[in-house]
Amino acid sequence: MQLSDQIAQYLVSGLSTGAIYALIGIGFAIIYNSTEIINFAQGELVMLGGMFTLFFLNVTRLPLPIAILLAVAATTVSGILFERLTIRPLKSPSQISLIIITIGGSILIRGIAMTVWGKDTHSLPAFSGSEPLSIGAATILPQHLWIFGLTAIAIIANKLFFQYTITGKAMRACAANRRAAGLVGIDVKRMVLFSFAISAILGSLAGIIVAPLTMTSYDVGIMLGLKGFCAAIIGGLSGGIGTVLGGLLLGMLESLGAGLISSGYKDAIAFIILLLILFIRPQGLFGKAQTDRV
Amino acid sequence: MNLEVIKFLILTTIILLLPVTIQEGYLLNVLVFVGIHTMLAVALNLLLGYAGQISLGQAGFFGLGAYLSGILTATHGLNPWLAIAIAATTVTLIAFIVGFPILKLKGHYLAMATLGLGIIIYIIFNEAVEITGGPSGLSGIPNLSLGSIKFDSDLKNYYLIWVITLICMGLSLNLVHSRIGRALRSIHDSEVAARVMGVNARLLKVQIFALSAGLSAIAGSLYAHTMTFIAPASFGFNFSVELVTMVIIGGLASVYGSLLGAALLTVLPEMLRAFQDYDIIVYGFLLIVMTMYMPGGLVKGGVTLFTALKVKLNKLRMGSAPNA
Repeated sequence: MQLSDQIAQYLVSGLSTGAIYALIGIGFAIIYNSTEIINFAQGELVMLGGMFTLFFLNVTRLPLPIAILLAVAATTVSGILFERLTIRPLKSPSQISLIIITIGGSILIRGIAMTVWGKDTHSLPAFSGSEPLSIGAATILPQHLWIFGLTAIAIIANKLFFQYTITGKAMRACAANRRAAGLVGIDVKRMVLFSFAISAILGSLAGIIVAPLTMTSYDVGIMLGLKGFCAAIIGGLSGGIGTVLGGLLLGMLESLGAGLISSGYKDAIAFIILLLILFIRPQGLFGKAQTDRV
Repeated sequence: MNLEVIKFLILTTIILLLPVTIQEGYLLNVLVFVGIHTMLAVALNLLLGYAGQISLGQAGFFGLGAYLSGILTATHGLNPWLAIAIAATTVTLIAFIVGFPILKLKGHYLAMATLGLGIIIYIIFNEAVEITGGPSGLSGIPNLSLGSIKFDSDLKNYYLIWVITLICMGLSLNLVHSRIGRALRSIHDSEVAARVMGVNARLLKVQIFALSAGLSAIAGSLYAHTMTFIAPASFGFNFSVELVTMVIIGGLASVYGSLLGAALLTVLPEMLRAFQDYDIIVYGFLLIVMTMYMPGGLVKGGVTLFTALKVKLNKLRMGSAPNA
């Protein structure tokens, strides 16, 4: 294979993992914008999406589409429970305590998943066969198409929700100014709950559509979550197109790095990018600079 | 003699006399781990508890110390004490240099950056197979020796580790009760106010970060020389979280608390061997519950709980007394 063909191939697979990172990253951004919390358990919701699908598919023997819907629902309930039990009871949380609580939540969920489903890695069947299609110089799996399609739908639905529904607008108001939103009669606590629910939906969807390509196990959440965060940071924690571009960029750089430099250091590449962005432009490549008020 | 010194001397006596009552090698070995973990927790507490800066990459510095010591002695045949000195200096310098950009970040950005740094270090341990031995680890690391004494038994290691741990604790107690300690706490409360009062917050944070990393590296070196074998699995993200848990359970900004947290989280899992796989659940649960309901840690939390109960009891008594 020629180098240009190889690069085209890396770009295709990079774009599809990038789309996953984008979905996870938007989940981070939605919670951050309405609560200023970085939910370190976001990756675990992604893992739960894949594991619940497996459970409904293998144990209850339901057809794939129904298993997926139930898995998204179950993950969303987990996200809501997490918010209700750990975030809401806090009276005046400091940033450090929120970090520690969400980290605690992430390892608690991981531990429970490990005891319930064991330590093995599982694979999910591809949604529609695994016969590769060739597009130009690169070949593409049907699962890649599913990833692109479902990610695009999820992002557009998300955008429409925040742009046109009353709830979406109320959540944007909370993001802009929680106190003011509360004063005009918006139930801020409920909006926080919604933000956890929406990010659980997006996260679990990401975990489900990527599982046929990469396998899943109780501990895949750490890496996926961190890379989603990386995408969100590149996008300036915007929850919009910035994070999508951030995810795609990260996916492609990682895939090129793994293919052309070293596959063993693939994960390190994402973190080096994360550190560079944090050091040089913590407001993100696409974000506006902010000033801290004291 | 003031109270602090007496407290410390009592602790020292207990620790030095403990092996008299414990003869069993296995238990002594667990206590060696308690010592190493105490050193790590005290080091992390300087940063997290006193300066209020979180680090989720502490296991990386611990590992760097262990690997530098291991590689210098096992592969290059250097004297172990010299290796420890080189490892500690190198890691302190590295942390000092990366500290400037990293500690410019705050809160969750800082958490993510330190986490990323820790994972990069962990990946290098796994991938640089020619130097580190990769996932199967590095063996043949020599024990430390002092004159004709070779630290190769559990009892000797116990004294080696605990003497150094006590020195670390003594130095840390000294530090936090000094002007620097007060400056650190002022950064924790309000960095801007600290700056206004003339504290060079930026430099001080970086210095504490470097000190904390350097102490962790010493703990790592000692770990390598007592175990004589190291593998990347001991220095991953989970261990960083475990260290944060020790600090939180013992209590932020408490040197003795770190000893308590390290002891609890090292001894309990050993006693609950049967529940091995559940310890991750226990850590998660403890992190959440402690942060939510006992943010001061076990020592302070216990005292507050006790006072609250007493007040409540008094109130009940007053309420039930006639004509009160």
